[in-house]
Amino acid sequence: MIEIKDLRKGFDDKAVLKGVTVNMNPGMCNLIIGSSGSGKTVFMKCLVGLFQPDSGAILYGGRDFTRLSVEDKKEIRKEIGMLFQGSALFSSMTVEENIIFPLDMFTDWDRSKKLDRVNEVLARVNLNGANKKFPAELSGGMMKRVGIARAIVLNPKYLFVDEPNSGLDPQTSGLIDKLIKEITEEFGITTIINTHDMNSVMEIGDHIVYMYQGEKEWEGNSKDIIFSKNERLNNFIFASDFLKDAKDMRMLEETGNIPSSEDRNIEEMIRNAEEPLIPPSSE
Amino acid sequence: MKFFAELGKFFLMLKGMFSKPENWKMYWKEFMHQCSEIGIGSLPIVSIISFFIGAVSAVQTSYQLVSPLIPLETISQIVRDTVILEFSSTLICIVLAGVVGSKIAGELGNMRVSEQIDALEIMGVNSKAYLVLPKVLAAMLVIPMLVVISMVLGILGGRVASAMSGIVPPATFDKGLITEFLPYNVFFALVKAYTFAFLIASIPAYYGYHVQGGALEIGRSSTKAVVVTCIAILLMDYVLAALLL
Repeated sequence: MIEIKDLRKGFDDKAVLKGVTVNMNPGMCNLIIGSSGSGKTVFMKCLVGLFQPDSGAILYGGRDFTRLSVEDKKEIRKEIGMLFQGSALFSSMTVEENIIFPLDMFTDWDRSKKLDRVNEVLARVNLNGANKKFPAELSGGMMKRVGIARAIVLNPKYLFVDEPNSGLDPQTSGLIDKLIKEITEEFGITTIINTHDMNSVMEIGDHIVYMYQGEKEWEGNSKDIIFSKNERLNNFIFASDFLKDAKDMRMLEETGNIPSSEDRNIEEMIRNAEEPLIPPSSE
Repeated sequence: MKFFAELGKFFLMLKGMFSKPENWKMYWKEFMHQCSEIGIGSLPIVSIISFFIGAVSAVQTSYQLVSPLIPLETISQIVRDTVILEFSSTLICIVLAGVVGSKIAGELGNMRVSEQIDALEIMGVNSKAYLVLPKVLAAMLVIPMLVVISMVLGILGGRVASAMSGIVPPATFDKGLITEFLPYNVFFALVKAYTFAFLIASIPAYYGYHVQGGALEIGRSSTKAVVVTCIAILLMDYVLAALLL
């Protein structure tokens, strides 16, 4: 588990994180959501040690990351894997060299054992045979999968994922989400995902933290979100009519009624949804 | 004030380079890679420039020394000392500041912007030690070598040009080369080469490592890195000349 206690961080005179206290639950997908400027990226960078917080504590299994020496931090970092928004693959290296890099740096395994492990993680992300390709030859989705393979190659306890769906089409986004969820469950990793994507929120959000202006505004799971009365959260998550409709449909499935949408003609909405969008030709 | 803030950040980066390597073998591999990139990568341009600078300096020196009272060996002495004291040690290092400096700043800048440096840090790798230190050490090993090669090729260029244009016969040119030769000049040139090598690697590394923004900022930082390195080289050139000559 990662326990975050009263985390504060500012730049110059501007406070970005204003005392965030939250626990990241082990073995599940913890999502950090929030609008742009809400502080979620700074929050994640503090968690992985790219920013030093002004005050507060970040406890990895009881060890306060903010107060450790550089060498002790390195030990915790070996337990961390991260998938970056742009994948952050080393552009001068092949897929195989990218994935083997952490093994070369931190293990004394022989070459064949390292290659076996590389092939194992590549197979896990469904990229068999991509060993000799360079990042420039890969699609966005493939780069994300290589990034995941590199992040899990050392069997991390914690997996951080920054905007896993950015720049991907909805279908590929879904596949990446599914892969992250499967890996989290399969290896019992504590996964922390920073996302804007509402599909991710609803599909893999075991534990969701909504941040608003540098503070934790709401916490729950994907089911709780449907029934939440938090106005800021609802305005953020269900920003469009389409998403409002999706929410109502989900509520209908869960409870049989739609308490939050008395002002909208749900029966008509359902009837419309059942009708094809493009009428069949009259031939 | 901004200058001192930047200088402070520069020294902090240098301090951050010195930590126990996570894996000596990987650091050695990176060091050898940088030796190859900086040394072999720059060898063609250094060779071409050195040869022609030597050739041109021979022709231009003979053009200015028109008095029949001045012996012909003087031309080769002037070519020798000019090449050793200034052309090979300073001018070639200014060229290397452009060739190597922009490459280092661009490479590190791209790694910073595409979060590759962050990826290294999160893995537990000291990115300053792994990315900057091998570049600085490699530059300090291979740039003096390039300077020595440049001296040889510069003098050879002068000899070939003198012979081809009939200015100084080869035997006379060779005689001039060993007349009043001061080995201290070579020592002085190597002191300059080591000093400039450090500047050529560390200043662009600083600008590349601290890039913020995107492609445009990477280009700007590369340009700034080269300009600042050239100024620093010229400044140190004067300081070393004042101190050691």
